[in-house]
Amino acid sequence: MNVEMLSRFQFAVTIAFHYIFPPLSIGLGVLLVIMEGLYLKTKNKLYEHLTKFWVKIFALTFAMGVATGIVMEFEFGTNWATYSRFVGDVFGSALAAEGIFAFFLESGFLAILVFGWNKVSPRIHFLSTIMVSFGSMLSAVWIVVANSWQQTPSGFHITGQGINARAEITNFWAMVFNPSSVDRLSHVLSGAWLAGAFFVLSVSAYYLLKKKHIEFAQASFKIALGMALFASLFQLFTGHQSAIGISKTQPAKLAAFEAHYDSSAIGDLYLFGWVNDNEQKVNLGLKIPGMLSYLIYGDTKARVTGLNAFNEANRPPVNIVFQSYHIMVAIGFILIGLSLVALFLWWKKKLFNQKWLLWIFVFSVFGPQLANQLGWISAEVGRQPWIVYGLLKTSESLSKVVQANQVVFSLIMFTAIYFLLFILFIYLLNGKIQHGPDVPESIQSEYEHQKALLERE
Amino acid sequence: MEFTFDLNTIWFILIGILLTGYAILDGFDLGVGALHLFVKEDQERRIMINSIGPVWDGNEVWLVTGGGALFAAFPLVYATVFSGFYTALILLLFSLIFRAIAIEFRSKQPMKWWRQMWDVSFSISSILIAFLMGVALGNIVTGISLDSQKEFYGSFFSLINPYTFMVGITTVALFMMHGSIYVVMKTEGELQKKIRGWVNNAIIFFVISYVMTTMYTLIYYPHMVEHFKNTPILFLVAVINMLAIANIPREIFHGREFRAFLSSCISIAALMALFAIGLFPNIVFSNPNLENSLTIYNAASSQKTLGIMLTIAIIGIPFVLAYTISIYWIFRGKVKIDTTSY
Repeated sequence: MNVEMLSRFQFAVTIAFHYIFPPLSIGLGVLLVIMEGLYLKTKNKLYEHLTKFWVKIFALTFAMGVATGIVMEFEFGTNWATYSRFVGDVFGSALAAEGIFAFFLESGFLAILVFGWNKVSPRIHFLSTIMVSFGSMLSAVWIVVANSWQQTPSGFHITGQGINARAEITNFWAMVFNPSSVDRLSHVLSGAWLAGAFFVLSVSAYYLLKKKHIEFAQASFKIALGMALFASLFQLFTGHQSAIGISKTQPAKLAAFEAHYDSSAIGDLYLFGWVNDNEQKVNLGLKIPGMLSYLIYGDTKARVTGLNAFNEANRPPVNIVFQSYHIMVAIGFILIGLSLVALFLWWKKKLFNQKWLLWIFVFSVFGPQLANQLGWISAEVGRQPWIVYGLLKTSESLSKVVQANQVVFSLIMFTAIYFLLFILFIYLLNGKIQHGPDVPESIQSEYEHQKALLERE
Repeated sequence: MEFTFDLNTIWFILIGILLTGYAILDGFDLGVGALHLFVKEDQERRIMINSIGPVWDGNEVWLVTGGGALFAAFPLVYATVFSGFYTALILLLFSLIFRAIAIEFRSKQPMKWWRQMWDVSFSISSILIAFLMGVALGNIVTGISLDSQKEFYGSFFSLINPYTFMVGITTVALFMMHGSIYVVMKTEGELQKKIRGWVNNAIIFFVISYVMTTMYTLIYYPHMVEHFKNTPILFLVAVINMLAIANIPREIFHGREFRAFLSSCISIAALMALFAIGLFPNIVFSNPNLENSLTIYNAASSQKTLGIMLTIAIIGIPFVLAYTISIYWIFRGKVKIDTTSY
């Protein structure tokens, strides 16, 4: 493999692994604010147990996010030096703003959130929880702004020529509020809320099935379900908004989402299919004719720009984008469905004895995780061959001085270390989940525990 | 070169302040890590780790923000140095990962092998981080081979020579001294007594390395002292540095740990200032072909962006200081292990 493929691969591995954790932190952070808020309001100890337990899980995911996040900050320079020179003026500013506004806020108040229970008053502790949650979202704001600028650059001009060409900010706010920032930020945030909500739903469902920490699990489940319902529906809305935005700003990407080649044709919406790029058709597909046109333009007869409008060298790899996009959308609808079914059964007061549904919830944690990853694949692969849309190609962004053998070394090491980290993370997470919350009722469950041990023998 | 107080200079100073903040703050927790294995008992090791428990993550943010600010203000430096130092940087990243994970994971399981594994990981990675940072600093002093496109054309091994190696060792020694004082400040009883005895050894280790490095610099890299020759008043920084170091054993002797720690902070700040003054207005010397050096002018972002960034910094810095001071205030005093500890 050449340096380009290796560097692409390394970036993909490191960012995909990193992105397991920040959405969890963001989602759990909001839930912590709700739980601790309920505790302060009702003085019900149950909510205190809830908060304390989920804070421990939060701390673990946060640490993983920090450890894997530093890599990202340095990797632009190590592997993509030409890109860094080109965008530093713009992209660097957003990254620096993330550091100064978000990271200091998060890390400072995190200390109080995790270690400060006995050091500060409950109100200050609650304030810290809010600040950590706010900080984690602020961090998302700046990083999504930076990435959105790569998708839809604005508020800049190009100076210099050839290898000395650089993008420089001309209008800071136009750069921050570039055409895709708001759509993409809301989409990313609700994806993160879903990750947190379904994580809590999953663990709570597990406790309910195992008949452990019942009261605790039911309370967690209800709070998380509320957020899941809101976030999954909001996600539908933000996804729709994003697609409309993409139709204007990155038509090649939208065309790849639906494998739409012919600009003179109306846009169909596929439910699934397999793209044959050579013959420019979708095999084994099921489509709703005109639906894409309707969703974008409100008119089933409207023409949608197709991939053929772009020089072949400027098209993204269609099938990858098509598949990742469709699976993401499918997961989104499944999550909405799950939330609605659970809500209905809650209303019927039958929610917590539906074993089949609880089992689905146990595995539902993978849904948002997968959808978040696939969403980013759709967005980033869909932008190819550009690293900054229309301005700079990924293949021209590499570090000129870095050799293939260096990247082979780092790629192998990253893969091995992350593999190890993931196993350790799951191991410790499992330990925490098995240990459960430190609730007084766990004295009773010791009997349960012994019973379980006997049964196993 | 004439000194003009323009945006480029301001950003040179601001990044210097961020990295000094990093050296002072993460410096002590890297130092705690470097000393960690010398402490044998599990309970004492827990106290070591928990002495930096609530703050190490925030300390590392200074590095992350410093990196971000370098990217924004001097993108050419960011690109050239990070791609040029590829393998060294990757090793640094691995160390940072292992260190973070070790702190987080260590006390989560009771098994002896588990804790020992993470203790070793924590300590080695702390030493390696300090060492690699020192080597990087050393390379900035010696200069690195840059071509006319301002790209580095040396190899990984060209970055390690006796001088850069020595700056690496000096950095480890400095952080060990700084960390030992911090631990004395945060502990009590037997552990404190033990580590109080180490402070002097750490100071001696540091002073020897420092004097040797300084001599080496003066003899072989005299370009670092040009500004001091031309503007003798700057020599005061070197005086402050020596006085601050000399003050440490005195304060320790009188049991005034906090003042000893402040002295140590001042000496780190003075060292960083000496380094920055020697460098100015270059950020990366090119050696040979000095004309290819990256300076605060040819490597900078546009004036507009530097201005925008300054506004961001002016808004952000009061908050940063407020958080930092409050966290250290809330977690002041001796370490106590409780259910929320690592």
